Amino acid sequence: MQIPEVIEKWTAPINTVTIGATKDQGGTRAKTVTVGGQTTLPFLTFEGELPHKPVIAGFVADTPPDWPDVLKQAIGKEIESPTEWAQKCVQEYKVDLINLKLIGAAPAGKDASPEACAKVVEEVLKAVDVPLILWGCGDDEKDNLVLPDCSQAAKGENCLLGSAKETNYRTVVAICKSDKHKIIAEAPVDINIGKQVNILLQDAGFDLKDVVMFQTTAALGYGFDYVYTILERARIAGLKGDKLMACPQLCDVGGEVWRIKEAVVDEDVLPGWGKLAKRGPMWEATCASVYLQAGADILIMAHPEAIKNVQATIEQFA
Amino acid sequence: MIFIGERINTGFKDVKAAVTNKDADVLKEWAVKQTKAGATYLDVNLGAVSSKPEDLCWMIEQVQAASDLPISIDTNKPSMLKEAVPLCKKPPLINSTTAVDEKMEVMFPIVAQAGASIIGLVMDEEGSPKSADKRVENAGKLLAKAMEFGINPEQLFLDPIVMPLKYMQEQAREILGAANQFKLFSDPPPHIVCGLSNISNGTTKKKLINRTFAVMLVANGLDAVICDVTDQDLVDALLTAELVMNKQIYADGFIEAFRS
Repeated sequence: MQIPEVIEKWTAPINTVTIGATKDQGGTRAKTVTVGGQTTLPFLTFEGELPHKPVIAGFVADTPPDWPDVLKQAIGKEIESPTEWAQKCVQEYKVDLINLKLIGAAPAGKDASPEACAKVVEEVLKAVDVPLILWGCGDDEKDNLVLPDCSQAAKGENCLLGSAKETNYRTVVAICKSDKHKIIAEAPVDINIGKQVNILLQDAGFDLKDVVMFQTTAALGYGFDYVYTILERARIAGLKGDKLMACPQLCDVGGEVWRIKEAVVDEDVLPGWGKLAKRGPMWEATCASVYLQAGADILIMAHPEAIKNVQATIEQFA
Repeated sequence: MIFIGERINTGFKDVKAAVTNKDADVLKEWAVKQTKAGATYLDVNLGAVSSKPEDLCWMIEQVQAASDLPISIDTNKPSMLKEAVPLCKKPPLINSTTAVDEKMEVMFPIVAQAGASIIGLVMDEEGSPKSADKRVENAGKLLAKAMEFGINPEQLFLDPIVMPLKYMQEQAREILGAANQFKLFSDPPPHIVCGLSNISNGTTKKKLINRTFAVMLVANGLDAVICDVTDQDLVDALLTAELVMNKQIYADGFIEAFRS
């Protein structure tokens, strides 16, 4: 008896998004990074095309984040300088791109000026030649001032800029169109809002083929399964032909994991949980690897050991 | 939802006159209007105006000059199809065959060769079935035969044959019951389509009846419809029904997104 073919055939591919611009393309990057283009679910190489491997963006900030010592020590003194930190990410950790967060702009923190932030962007662009993901500080009002300057400083570099939400999408569309950047569309762990933000971006005249979706990110133990199912459901909808859901997806694993107690406190507080120096990076690597299964295309990661581990996973499966 | 725009049909007076007088503008206008309204295919029907394949080909060429949408060629005459199919820029939908062996054996090779799709009416030698069971039996015949010719279930659109509510009121339930069973045939299932306006034939509340029945059909697996795509209330109701059936992910702007 002939066994029928049971492989799934999907209707439409996921969009292909390229980040970064070389000299020929009007930028100064040595190479570009392309994600998306899949015609099936992650790692099912027997079922469809998976033309671009998931990539890792090294977490870099203009000012050292409020992280546990195990992470700060693993990165080293370079964490004090965004340019040196970025260089270390590229040269030592071999990340595909740099994720620069301008957390120093936060009004409750250093309250760095838009000009100072733009200068950091310029310096990081000079220090490394990989493509950049750019974020403000997360404070909407301040980001409305910071993002235009930073976008301008990276004009023509085809960065991935974050993030467009229901509240600020018009500003982000305007600056990304004029400075030629791609957009991160953000929703608060809500697939319906995720789709709505994409509808708004499209209505504002921004091509969804230049968009990466970001459903925020949850660390394992903190709503991880919600984000996982959203990523998966969005990916399936995209493959089934929903053009509004056919964007590559981003997860900020490093930014989330190092805030939770399992990755912050050691055995003295959590007896029986094992050494933090091992547990922390393990927590990050586990979250990242599982998000790959859900349909993440870009992972933002922080700990060098976690990065190494996930790079090996990608090599093995993709 | 796959919307097949019904308007370029010589059953409508303006289209009939346009074909008789070779007035391309009328056809082009309807092509543009239905494309803007969100159609997936544009049905082109020469009807009884002429039996010459070149007239059907002329209609298709005018429509393709005004719209990039694929064509639904509304004829069951193989001689017409042989001329019309090669003209289509995108794989067309052929409308239609019945579940009669001799018919399927002529139509399916044309479909398979062109990589087209086809609507299969669940009628056989005895005409239109009265019961859900007979409809399902004929649908099974259509699917089995199509697969013999290498046609995938996704290329087959099963039409349970809609009967006028006013004259055959007992039929609507049989149609809904049949559609519900069609989706169980295979995975992925064949498409389920219908010529919607039949349901309201002879009635005074055509749009309301069309819309109500369309929503009930979606609840029973309908995923394609031959209809007036410029009827916004109908299209909105169908888009909503697809959300209710969890076929699409909800977003506040789901209607606007369809029209943008």
